[in-house]
Amino acid sequence: MIWGVSIAELARLMQAHLLLSACAVLAACALGLPAAVWAAHHRRASAPLMGAISLAQTIPGLALLALFYPLLLLLARTTGWAIPALGFLPACLALTVYALLPIVRNGVAAIRGIDPALREAADGLGMTAAQRLRLVELPLGAPVILAGIRTATVWTVGTATLATTIGQPSLGDLIFSGLQTEDWQRVLAGCVAAAVLALVADALLALVESGLARRSRLRWGAGLALLVAAAALAFAGPGVSTGQRTIVVGAKNFSEQYILARLIEDRLHRAGYRTERRDNLGSAIAYRALAAGDIDVYVDYSGTLWANVLQRKDNPPAPAMLSVLRSELAKRDGVTLAGSLGFENAYAFAMKRSRAESLHINSLADLAAKAPQLKLASDLEFLSRPEWQAVDRAYGLRFADKRSYSPTFMYRALEDGSADVISAFSSDGRISAQDLVTLTDPRHALPSYDAVLLLAPKGDAKLAGALKPLLGGIGIDAMRQANWMVDRDKDKRTPAQAAKWLDGKLKYTAE
Amino acid sequence: MIELARVSKRYQGRAVLDGVSLRIGEGEFVALVGQSGAGKTTLLKAINRLAEIDEGSVTIADIEGSPAELRRRIGYVFQGIGLFPHMTVAENIALVPKLGGGEARVGELLDLVALPRDLAGRYPAQLSGGQQQRVGVARALAAEPKIVLMDEPFGALDPVTRAELGQAYRALHTRMGLTTVMVTHDLAEALLLADRVVVLAGGRIAADLPPKDLFHFEGDPAIAAMIATVRAQAGRLEELAR
Ligand SMILES: Nc1ncnc2c1ncn2[C@@H]1O[C@H](COP(=O)(O)OP(=O)(O)OP(=O)(O)O)[C@@H](O)[C@H]1O
Ligand SMILES: [Mg+2]
Repeated sequence: MIWGVSIAELARLMQAHLLLSACAVLAACALGLPAAVWAAHHRRASAPLMGAISLAQTIPGLALLALFYPLLLLLARTTGWAIPALGFLPACLALTVYALLPIVRNGVAAIRGIDPALREAADGLGMTAAQRLRLVELPLGAPVILAGIRTATVWTVGTATLATTIGQPSLGDLIFSGLQTEDWQRVLAGCVAAAVLALVADALLALVESGLARRSRLRWGAGLALLVAAAALAFAGPGVSTGQRTIVVGAKNFSEQYILARLIEDRLHRAGYRTERRDNLGSAIAYRALAAGDIDVYVDYSGTLWANVLQRKDNPPAPAMLSVLRSELAKRDGVTLAGSLGFENAYAFAMKRSRAESLHINSLADLAAKAPQLKLASDLEFLSRPEWQAVDRAYGLRFADKRSYSPTFMYRALEDGSADVISAFSSDGRISAQDLVTLTDPRHALPSYDAVLLLAPKGDAKLAGALKPLLGGIGIDAMRQANWMVDRDKDKRTPAQAAKWLDGKLKYTAE
Repeated sequence: MIELARVSKRYQGRAVLDGVSLRIGEGEFVALVGQSGAGKTTLLKAINRLAEIDEGSVTIADIEGSPAELRRRIGYVFQGIGLFPHMTVAENIALVPKLGGGEARVGELLDLVALPRDLAGRYPAQLSGGQQQRVGVARALAAEPKIVLMDEPFGALDPVTRAELGQAYRALHTRMGLTTVMVTHDLAEALLLADRVVVLAGGRIAADLPPKDLFHFEGDPAIAAMIATVRAQAGRLEELAR
């Protein structure tokens, strides 16, 4: 164990990270270097290309990664090919686009920067364009070209941590999940490991670069050999899948989802399946990934599916909502709603008990009356969700201030007084741990949010059978406790440990 | 061997070569002189098609194929030397034969330009200006071309080396039956080495004479002034010798 991360996990993520980065940089070189050579010799014709590459660079890394998902989905749908829209391919493509700029820009600068007298000498001695490129332009431009590849490599290794958000394992898994569960050691482990990878790759490329500059074959040979060895290690690792079918378990980006995904994995392992996890999926991506078969199983919430997937604005009672969801999802996307897990993770407005009592606030109606003096802290998506609009319509909430936080910091805001009300989740362990009260919803504006197990189209009956014990098996108290194990600061447990604990609490075992 | 017919070349609308017609026979040694900017370098580049001409024609006997092939078979010494900094002296010299799949006798070529053979492993930056220039000459000769174009090949040399190298080259020219066009700023050098001296002025040929005739040239005042300087120097030197 290093900072609470097992060596095996670290090695697995490092290898995946290295493989992803190496593929992206190699692809960017394969595309970028010929493009640079062409652009250097066709100054005017290449201006639009250079512009497009620069533009791609201005897109934030996270957005670029997310953009490739719908793009590949569309491509898969229009061509009918089985293109995986989640995981390695979109991550690698996005990183490749990102790595192009320094490679192309330096490549162009390297070739255009060559003394025109030397280019003329090359022509004058009778070199063909290809000979001039090979014998003069590339060797003379090599240090500048290599400097571009170095920049691209360091960027790529850094940006690859974001790949985790579109379901590609990387060292970002440690950072994102650590951030969610406030496991700072995990965050640190992820950052340090990514930094070490970047520094080592940079140092090796620097060795090659100085070897070329000093014309020392030993130097650049050694650097290159070590780089190739590192890449070979990444390619040869166990991450490349074998023939056996692997079940991909999805999870969104919060503790409960991490725990449930591991619980599902444990169950599947016991049934003899090999599994893989896609943590930290965006809420909108997760369902589409399931429908497209990029993941096989994950847990979502009825109200979320109702509003976001079915685009429904009404708010029926829980049983009716479930039965419509079951038939609609099956009809529309072939997705199986296997059943609810037994607890709800609804949006609820929560306040400190003392504050709520002193202001005499019990319900959302009471809250609306006092809202102009109060500050709301919400999670990152709540204010843009239809649920917030529904509550706002029903009660007319005019807060003095509204701010979005990542869930962890939202609770902090309540604690330190920078917020009076938060948009909490009803299954959150912190509600009982921080002695919060949730406000009632007398006008039934908020839909129910039953946790439901979703299976991808073409799932087999054996898979559904293996997960059956989970249906109706998890009570709200057990889930709150499991969440609290992961979210608390003292005596913190990993999601895997909490999942194991929760497995022991499944209702059927008590029966 | 080389024939230029009414060759014109313009840069940004300005004529740098203005209807130049010139015939150079096999085995001839032609010196090209003229003031800076007269178009001497441009004329050499027109011959090996490094500069595309706007009008007229350039014909070279016995050489066919692409411009690259043509240039490989014409030795060229650049005014700016143009040695490749990432190649050793030996690699620079052997370059042109290697392009065609052959090899060069680097040692002999170094002897020819009076450079010690142990310079072969050095990089151009480790040589003096004059040494670099001589490597440039050796490189031009490496593929054993029949035609050699030289743009101020001895400019950076001391007078003694310059005279020696000039004589050595002239001897080689005769022995190998080369055809040579050499640009020089030094009229005395042109008169001493060449069979024919072509004076270029404002993109036109102002005189095209054997050295002896040029020495006694009376006509165009600018050329006459140039000759007068050389004659005066020769007279003064003769006085000193007496
Ligand atoms: N690539 C070019 N673009 C524009 N103008 C050029 C170019 N090359 C040469 N010139 C112009 O053409 C004219 C003749 O140039 P050229 O190099 O032939 O002169 P030169 O006789 O060799 O002079 P020098 O003795 O100084 O070498 C000059 O006025 C020069 O500025
Ligand atoms: Mg010149």
